[in-house]
Amino acid sequence: MRDENFPEGSLPDAGGGRNRTGWIAAWLLLAVIVMAALAIGKYEITLAQAFHVMGAKLTGASSGLPPTVETVVWNVRLPRVLCGLAVGAALAVSGAVYQGLFRNPLVSPDILGVSAGASLGAICGIFFSLPVLAIQGLSFVGGLAAVAVVYALGSLARERDPVLLLVLAGIAMGALLGACISLLKVLADPYNQLPAITFWLLGSLASTTRGDLLSILPAIILGLVPMILLRWRMNVMTLDDEEARALGVETARTRLALIAAATLMTSAAVSVSGIIGWIGLLVPHVARALVGPDFSRLLPAAFLLGGGYLVAMDTLARSAAAIEIPLGILTAAVGAPFFLWLLVSTRRGWA
Amino acid sequence: MLIAADLAFGYPGRTIGRGVTLCVSPGEVFCLLGPNGCGKTTLFKTLLGLLRPHGGRLELDGRPVAGTPRREFARRVAYVPQATAATFPFTVFDVVLMGRASALGSFERPSAKDRQIVRETLSQLGIEHLASRSYTAISGGERQMALIARALAQRPAMIVMDEPTASLDFGNQVLILRQILALAAGGMAVILSTHEPGHAFACADTVALMCAGGIVMTGTPDAALTPETLGSLYGIEVAVARLAGRGVCVPLLHGRP
Repeated sequence: MRDENFPEGSLPDAGGGRNRTGWIAAWLLLAVIVMAALAIGKYEITLAQAFHVMGAKLTGASSGLPPTVETVVWNVRLPRVLCGLAVGAALAVSGAVYQGLFRNPLVSPDILGVSAGASLGAICGIFFSLPVLAIQGLSFVGGLAAVAVVYALGSLARERDPVLLLVLAGIAMGALLGACISLLKVLADPYNQLPAITFWLLGSLASTTRGDLLSILPAIILGLVPMILLRWRMNVMTLDDEEARALGVETARTRLALIAAATLMTSAAVSVSGIIGWIGLLVPHVARALVGPDFSRLLPAAFLLGGGYLVAMDTLARSAAAIEIPLGILTAAVGAPFFLWLLVSTRRGWA
Repeated sequence: MLIAADLAFGYPGRTIGRGVTLCVSPGEVFCLLGPNGCGKTTLFKTLLGLLRPHGGRLELDGRPVAGTPRREFARRVAYVPQATAATFPFTVFDVVLMGRASALGSFERPSAKDRQIVRETLSQLGIEHLASRSYTAISGGERQMALIARALAQRPAMIVMDEPTASLDFGNQVLILRQILALAAGGMAVILSTHEPGHAFACADTVALMCAGGIVMTGTPDAALTPETLGSLYGIEVAVARLAGRGVCVPLLHGRP
């Protein structure tokens, strides 16, 4: 399953204008989604007003619109939309990295226990009433620890199917961490802490502030750096470990760098948004179907798609019903059926 | 030149074979035969430095293989694994391009020169037409050729092939054997394993017979591949004859069980 932009006949190194047209279209689509997300909501704002406010704020001029409109667009919706972009892009990109590194198109931050580990870390933080920065730090440590344990178990199985063991270990790890989370929920203060924990576990961008955005951006950018630098080497990392080493790659070092980067991004995302499932699994598949498996194209494609998809879902979450629908519920309700359709309609390989 | 002396090998904590002594020179085709599970693949992984030797000496051009950085080793020795299905649908061009990894720094991407090397390698093997096909959508024989191309793109002095003719049809087997002869004629050292003694007659300069982790016999095909040696190696009766200028081996179906 490949996009019309990359027909089978075109030489892979040909590049050319048609690819560029696709990328420009993708950026434009993302811009449209962002502007629509700024305009749509309980407080009615037209697209033109949203444009005006953005233009005025970015150039420092006065928009001449009511201050309420400015506040809603600039102070309320913009931080939330940008957080959505960052979280969606981070989850999608790290999903693409995990799938490549584990040579398994079915792994995702959820299955490997990163999300559960990061959740447990963050919930510990909430439970002990720690400051936001500590909650995020614990979330990162929890995610990294969960992946490390799952990965160590997977590499023990030299003579069995390591991929199967990896996925099963991830499921067991997720269950164990889930039990710990449940324990903390039982022990938590039912008036102050429990609602925070529950809301957090359902996943939401409702309470995101500019401060949240600023606190996760460094981690996400830091995680992106090794991925961008290693974007060609990442292709070689999708080979069997011994094959990659025979090709001259020090796989242990490279894998560690990439897993740390992907886990850093996932944990940062989870620390502000809570659990938002399916993006890390679904978006890399769609991106691969559009641009192929070459990571130097897959990375930006997953980034754009993941960011755009989450902003669109979040806009739906806050505008579709009278109450806000938790985001994790919506991404699962949309993502799971779409993924099933993708599985059935993919003719060969994990396109 | 690759030299192993009294080499013991295996997986961490489990030694599979010992006492292996062999020497492969440039332009030589070295063929390993032995029953399933005798340790051929494990020996290859050790020769490639992917597994640590459990004892003895293993040197490439006078330097110990263990401890040689992967990148440096991969510039001299390439590996052609058995063609397995890939997870992701990379094009054959991209798969062969991965052979250039050892020529590039960690953060480097392939240059126009690397792409030119890939194109040359593809045409050397006569598989330019596969360049933009997906590696997951081509036949087993084509995959094997793509993996050989990837190994050649490393520009190595030695190439190690694990059962390169396994599960290929009659015609594709011959294509691979021709390629092996052509590489050796160009000065490449080739180490391969096979389950078809006739292939050893067809392409090997040296044949080693392996059994239960040890090499039981090394010699020219004519010396090593006799009804007696093959009979005891595989536990069957074998007739060896000459046909079309080289040796052929035929198992007897009604011999001892």
